[in-house]
Amino acid sequence: MTDRSRELVVSALARIEGESALRIVVSDGQVTDVQLRIYEPPRFFEAFLRGRQHTEVADITSRICGICPVAYQASAWQAIEAVCGIEPTEPISALRRLLYCGEWISSHALHIYMLHAPDFLGYPDVVAMARDHRAIVERGLRLKKAGNAVLETIGGRAIHPVNTRVGGFYRAPLPAELTSIAEKLRQALDDALATTAWVAGFDFPDYELDCDLLAVTKPDEYAIESGTVTSARGLTFPAQNFSAHVVEHQVPHSTALHATFDGRLFLTGPLARYTISSASLSPVARQAARAAGHGDTCRNPHRSIVVRAVEIVYAITEALRIIDSYERPDPAFIPVPPAAGEGHGVSEAPRGLLYHRYRLDQDGHIESAAIVPPTSQNQAAIEADLRRTAAARLQLPDAELTAACERTIRNYDPCISCSAHFLKLLIDRR
Amino acid sequence: MSAVVIGVGNPFRRDDGIGPALAARISEVNLPGVTVITSDGEPSRLLDAWSGAELAVVVDAIRQDGGVAGQLHRYAVTDSPTVGWAPTGSASTHGLGIDEAIHLAQVMDLMPVRLVVFAVEAADIGYGEHLSQPVSASLPELIEIVLAELRSGT
Repeated sequence: MTDRSRELVVSALARIEGESALRIVVSDGQVTDVQLRIYEPPRFFEAFLRGRQHTEVADITSRICGICPVAYQASAWQAIEAVCGIEPTEPISALRRLLYCGEWISSHALHIYMLHAPDFLGYPDVVAMARDHRAIVERGLRLKKAGNAVLETIGGRAIHPVNTRVGGFYRAPLPAELTSIAEKLRQALDDALATTAWVAGFDFPDYELDCDLLAVTKPDEYAIESGTVTSARGLTFPAQNFSAHVVEHQVPHSTALHATFDGRLFLTGPLARYTISSASLSPVARQAARAAGHGDTCRNPHRSIVVRAVEIVYAITEALRIIDSYERPDPAFIPVPPAAGEGHGVSEAPRGLLYHRYRLDQDGHIESAAIVPPTSQNQAAIEADLRRTAAARLQLPDAELTAACERTIRNYDPCISCSAHFLKLLIDRR
Repeated sequence: MSAVVIGVGNPFRRDDGIGPALAARISEVNLPGVTVITSDGEPSRLLDAWSGAELAVVVDAIRQDGGVAGQLHRYAVTDSPTVGWAPTGSASTHGLGIDEAIHLAQVMDLMPVRLVVFAVEAADIGYGEHLSQPVSASLPELIEIVLAELRSGT
């Protein structure tokens, strides 16, 4: 019997509804159920894509997320180009990577400064933090702006880039256009290094995840826009084998689908990328990580904020490297004639591995689409962490328990911008 | 006079697309000195868009208990932190919006000289394109009111 139940409906002026909710059931002093419904898988988009032309896909999928549209484009290009037997040229690949770096900078700066840092400094939100630390928040906004400048210059605008297409770009920027963003990026590098030093000074509870980790990798490169999939336990497989390893399934007591990797709990995202590929970071980023007290691996979800900061440093050094050796793609795109078949794409969205699969008919119409975003892959790992968090804090009043759970969720930077802005929190004490 | 019109929302979530729909119509009018953008409501971009402007007009969808679909609300936001809605806090990681953007702008001196928010009560914010009938019917009036706001400011 429920002797106390509480429901907090968050958000007053909201743009988008959603069924997002965290429900924790406590029975006889034990956490008996944790259900996090923070993410609506893009099923609508999968259905919406059917019958569309293969050249339209990336423009549609970029609409799934306002924070990581490039990720949704990159995995889509890759899958479609794989079906049609097209390999992008080196200059096109480099420009795509540069665009993606802009998204990493922008998304990570947003998460670190606007959402995550207040948790560590004891502020309810960024507004309160800005009252005491205005210069710091200004630094975060500058970083975000530097990322946006990359997105605007190459993608045509900061959200839902319009200059990209299957096969490449509609128009490749002139070298002079990139020189002007390089100037901003050089200042941003100082801001990023200061960010890493700043977050490294936060207090981090001791806790390490023992689940497997999964990330896209490339030889000698910290993978972003493409690669093969690698687990922390050493298994490597190409994108086309993704569905054989990562399976979404229904679990008892939860309405959400849970993904497992070869039947086991796993996590994607900054911790996975860093733990698997830290050796491939640029020297400046590696040095920043070392100065922050990080070794070659990081499995503490609280420290994900440091890894994000290091990844901003990396994305900036990488962007500067690409600009420095920029060769303007000419032509800006390769024609991609339709072909029948199935194609797969993987890339590293700021919050983790993003998989796309498309089946095309001979005229290039989409017969089926499957999108497995990082947040749905991470759902089970986040719930497991929430269960642990709640179980250790059952003596706390609801408000404090809720706050602890929110902090746990934010460690994983789950993506919900495409779905919901209401979050209901329900704690059932029975 | 510099003014910016910001249509906030997601056109793939039915009535949440009222902001972008309004922005598209205002953009066609081509008013001198008026910049028109669409936004997903992410605060740092809102701050960028409106700081330094003499007038910012923000249009978004709203839902509230007992609301009448299509009904229009106007909030003039002053520089003092006394807005009609409070910062909410949220466990969602992208769950920041216009209210947080306004409060942050106030704290960081990044407010436009004048900020007017028009909120339209939504009927349907499920998946899909196109506005619902009541919200669609409110669009002509909303356009007139926003244009009047812009003209009064110029």
